[in-house]
Amino acid sequence: MKAPSFAYAKPRSLEEAFDLLERPGAKILAGGQSLVPSLNMRLSSPELLVDITGISSLAGIQVGRTFRIGALVTHAQIERSAEIRKQVPLLAEAAAHIAHPAIRNRGTLGGSLALADPAAEYPACALALNATLVLLGRKGERRVPAGSFFKGLFETDLRTGELLAAVEFPRVERSAFLELARRQGDYAIIGLAGVADGSGRRIAFLGAGATPVLAKGASAASSLEQALKALGNDIDPPADLYHSSATKLHLAKVLLSRAWNTLSKPH
Amino acid sequence: MGKAELPLHAPGTQLDKGYIGQSVPRANAQRLLQGRGSFTDDLIFPRLAHVAFFRSPYAHARVKRLDFKRALRSPGVIGVFDGRAVAEYCKPWMGVLAHLKGIRSPEQHAIAIERACWQGEAVAAVVAESRGQAEDAVGLIEADWEELPAVVDMDEALAGKVVIHPELGDNICFKREHDTGGVDEAFAKADVVVEETYNFGRHTGVCIEGRAILADYNAGEHSLTVYHATQAPHMMQDIFSRHLGIPEANVRVIAKDVGGSYGIKVHVYADEMATAALSVMLRRPVKFVADRLESFLSDIHAREHKVKVRLACTKEGEILAFDLDDLTAIGPYSVYPRTSGIEGNQVVNLTGGPYKHQKYRAKMNVVFTNKNVTCQYRAVGHPIAVALTEAIVDRAALELKMDPAELRRRNLIPDDAYPYTFPSGIKFEKLSHHRTLDKLLELMDYKSLRAQQADFRKKGVTRGIGLAAMIEVTNPSPAFYGVGGARISAQDGATLRFEPTGMVTVLCGVTEQGQGTEGIFAQIAASAVGVTVDKVRVITGDTGVTPYGGGTWASRGAGIGGEAVLLAGRALRSNILDVAAVVLKMDKAELDIVKNEVVNRLTLEAKLPLAELGRIAHFRPDTLPVDFQSELTVTRSYTPRQYAFTFSNGIQASYVEVDPETGFVKLLKHWCVEDAGTVINPMLVDEQIRGGVVQGIGAALYEECLYGPDGQLLNGNMADYLVPMSSEMPDIVCAHIETPTKQSQLGAKGVGEAGTAGAPGAVMNAINDALAPLGARVTAMPFTPERILVALRKI
Ligand SMILES: Cc1cc2nc3c(=O)[nH]c(=O)nc-3n(C[C@H](O)[C@H](O)[C@H](O)COP(=O)(O)OP(=O)(O)OC[C@H]3O[C@@H](n4cnc5c(N)ncnc54)[C@H](O)[C@@H]3O)c2cc1C
Repeated sequence: MKAPSFAYAKPRSLEEAFDLLERPGAKILAGGQSLVPSLNMRLSSPELLVDITGISSLAGIQVGRTFRIGALVTHAQIERSAEIRKQVPLLAEAAAHIAHPAIRNRGTLGGSLALADPAAEYPACALALNATLVLLGRKGERRVPAGSFFKGLFETDLRTGELLAAVEFPRVERSAFLELARRQGDYAIIGLAGVADGSGRRIAFLGAGATPVLAKGASAASSLEQALKALGNDIDPPADLYHSSATKLHLAKVLLSRAWNTLSKPH
Repeated sequence: MGKAELPLHAPGTQLDKGYIGQSVPRANAQRLLQGRGSFTDDLIFPRLAHVAFFRSPYAHARVKRLDFKRALRSPGVIGVFDGRAVAEYCKPWMGVLAHLKGIRSPEQHAIAIERACWQGEAVAAVVAESRGQAEDAVGLIEADWEELPAVVDMDEALAGKVVIHPELGDNICFKREHDTGGVDEAFAKADVVVEETYNFGRHTGVCIEGRAILADYNAGEHSLTVYHATQAPHMMQDIFSRHLGIPEANVRVIAKDVGGSYGIKVHVYADEMATAALSVMLRRPVKFVADRLESFLSDIHAREHKVKVRLACTKEGEILAFDLDDLTAIGPYSVYPRTSGIEGNQVVNLTGGPYKHQKYRAKMNVVFTNKNVTCQYRAVGHPIAVALTEAIVDRAALELKMDPAELRRRNLIPDDAYPYTFPSGIKFEKLSHHRTLDKLLELMDYKSLRAQQADFRKKGVTRGIGLAAMIEVTNPSPAFYGVGGARISAQDGATLRFEPTGMVTVLCGVTEQGQGTEGIFAQIAASAVGVTVDKVRVITGDTGVTPYGGGTWASRGAGIGGEAVLLAGRALRSNILDVAAVVLKMDKAELDIVKNEVVNRLTLEAKLPLAELGRIAHFRPDTLPVDFQSELTVTRSYTPRQYAFTFSNGIQASYVEVDPETGFVKLLKHWCVEDAGTVINPMLVDEQIRGGVVQGIGAALYEECLYGPDGQLLNGNMADYLVPMSSEMPDIVCAHIETPTKQSQLGAKGVGEAGTAGAPGAVMNAINDALAPLGARVTAMPFTPERILVALRKI
């Protein structure tokens, strides 16, 4: 299929972008790896694509007290960054599971989080890491914790005219990322993003609900047995084309068992 | 790479033996890799119009009203047409053949009239200046539908409470029964009887290039030129001619580069016929390229069988009889002109194929459903027949506590038993089951692998080994289609033309779809004539140019087209030597052609370069004797006659690891030993096998067209329909036994489908071998993690 016709603009500044985003039917275009397929399948028909990839303030990685990763940083950049691998290894591990090299070369962190696909890797990582999403609009900046950003299926706290500028991740060395996909690069059937530090564990699941889900009971459990039991109350994964909800819960338990030692051993 | 640097042959190639058996890189690979291929969709014509189809959103519905008003006003729209309008230009068809006794199907139109019988069947067409504009207008068509009850399940179709085509009385398209007699007696006296039911998912062949057609009607001469991504240009020429009422000689079908076909592009598609009709109606070129979403909805699907099979054997492991009951569903129409009855028919013909039992009974029902149509896809029926045969043999081995390789050895038809008539009635010229089995066991080091498997089991690692012996139909005679009244050529011709510079142009009716057919024709022609392969150019896929022929299907390209090239090449060599004899004033018997030179046959002394001979023959025939006429263009044809089919044989093995916690299967390695007769190009043969194995693995583990209870296709896109991808594929080791067929001089049997035929059975057996100690077994393909977990009682 061919995309319905649309206008295209590539602003050079945030100001210009905000102007454009006020136009009717405007939509942000980043890496295009989710948006362009949806246009080509005529699943969406925006009137104006605002390509933000020319806005340099949305790019780059800044290392400070936290890790601030610009919305335009690609999956490939995250996968290859030595800093990220050392300080937030969860993200680097997750990136390798996203799609295929060509898609990782274009797809962006901001695009993935803004899209909020519950089967995607980054949203679950952001939740487990308790990341802070930095949203920019004409009226200024809003800082939203990942826990309140994901509102529903493909639904976020982003308001009209706002864009996701960057994400701040805390340094967490002890983490585990596991997922089960039938083919390398597919969206996972189910996946686990977990971190542990002095304040405890945070284990999030992807493919387990309408949003990434924090498994609170399992995270707080003191033994694997307890955690496995708690997981049944934490998540109620929706069936997909090939797997029932029961199968996905079973697989989530397998992942939890496999991640447990890593997330439990003393630091 | 400069043009002179193109590698002409692999290291170690021995040219004095000719090119047969050499891994000569094919000339078109470099062109395709440089992006210089030219596919149907690459063509741009003045006044080219594009068509997009309005397809039924329902599996079964009456079209009460179609309103084109808004669509007609949409920018760029040239016309909007319904089934009645197109039917005035294109006669309907019926997918039945006389030799499939009793097969029935209703008439099918280029665009459905009044009723849609599957989700995705086109009920209107929009022609516009661009495809995008046509799609915009499709979105503006308004339709009133009356939903009709959809028959989705095979068993329900057979039961026939709801009948899709009331005029037929029930939902049965075709049925066949076969009985050698003595089956009940064999089961009564058997020590061991095993029975199991196997389910095979409906899947499809996913081509890189979607279906594509550009039809260009010329009212000035009432002629139609069709650029078509097809495997069978002459078959399509005949069909366009008869259904559009244009004399055959005025229809020219040209297959440009074709990006994979696998059987998908050898059928008559309603939307393609409509495109040709629209070109006639509008008197301008019209193009249709199926996009990925409509490919899933409209490219033929295949398989979808449910088969109950029983096997009787003695306690020594002698197989006495097979008893088969196959149910298969084909969608609402039998596909034209090959019919959708062939796959089930093949299952009946081939089940039990490698073994020497004498008693066989089979029952088969082909039913209509409201899903997309099914038809012949790579290895037609073989993956079903091989998998169920090999699975039930393994089941018997389990029962007998006998090694599966040993049970096969005891039952495979002996290598010296040929010619042999199999209980289904098919005849084998000469097969080599025991030699292929021996070679396979050696290649995979079967004993050590079993020991390794046992070691891993002790460590709690669940690995399995699966074998699948197979036979494969190749080089069909007219028995396949022609005898049933199909206007599908079983013969192919090749023309070889000797050019003035000493080059040879080959024109052949067999087509190239990316598999390297043109490459092997060049090798055969070069060897037969005595020129180096760089002197040969091959042209295929143009009914206006090549000799008449059937095209590419049923693993016939090398065995039939190749033989025609060989015969023509030998004749051309002889004709060239006639010219040489008069030029050199020598006896023809003293001369030969080696590496582009006429030489003395005994001393190999160079006598006359072919370029010089070409110059004389073409430009200075005045220097030759007055009564001498050179004949430097020759055509030869070939049809296999002695046997209905030339069978090849082989055996595959799969080594897998199953994760009993997740139900995931890891493919560790795969082996295939194949006897395809003469191997012309080992590299291409191995790649055919590997590609075929991968498609077979797709059937076993990944691919299935999933339908909802309302007949909606649930996974018609590349994200949800899982094709096998390289990361998951194992190394595939290939080896060969060569038993040339004596029917032809080339001796090639064909190899295009062997990989696909055997792989699903091998993988199924490997998984079940792994699961056996855990008391689990799976019988429904594809083997998804969930199906394996259910078998393991984990969920
Ligand atoms: C074949 C294939 C396989 C894939 N597999 C996976 C996978 O396994 N896991 C996975 O996570 N993803 C997968 N993806 C999706 C990929 O990761 C995308 O890159 C990602 O989802 C979106 O990022 P993008 O930069 O491409 O965004 P775009 O496609 O450009 O945009 C996506 C959406 O986000 C909005 N948007 C983009 N940037 C911003 C921003 N800064 N602020 C506000 N809104 C914004 C857009 O308006 C749009 O709605 C796959 C994609 C393909 C094509």
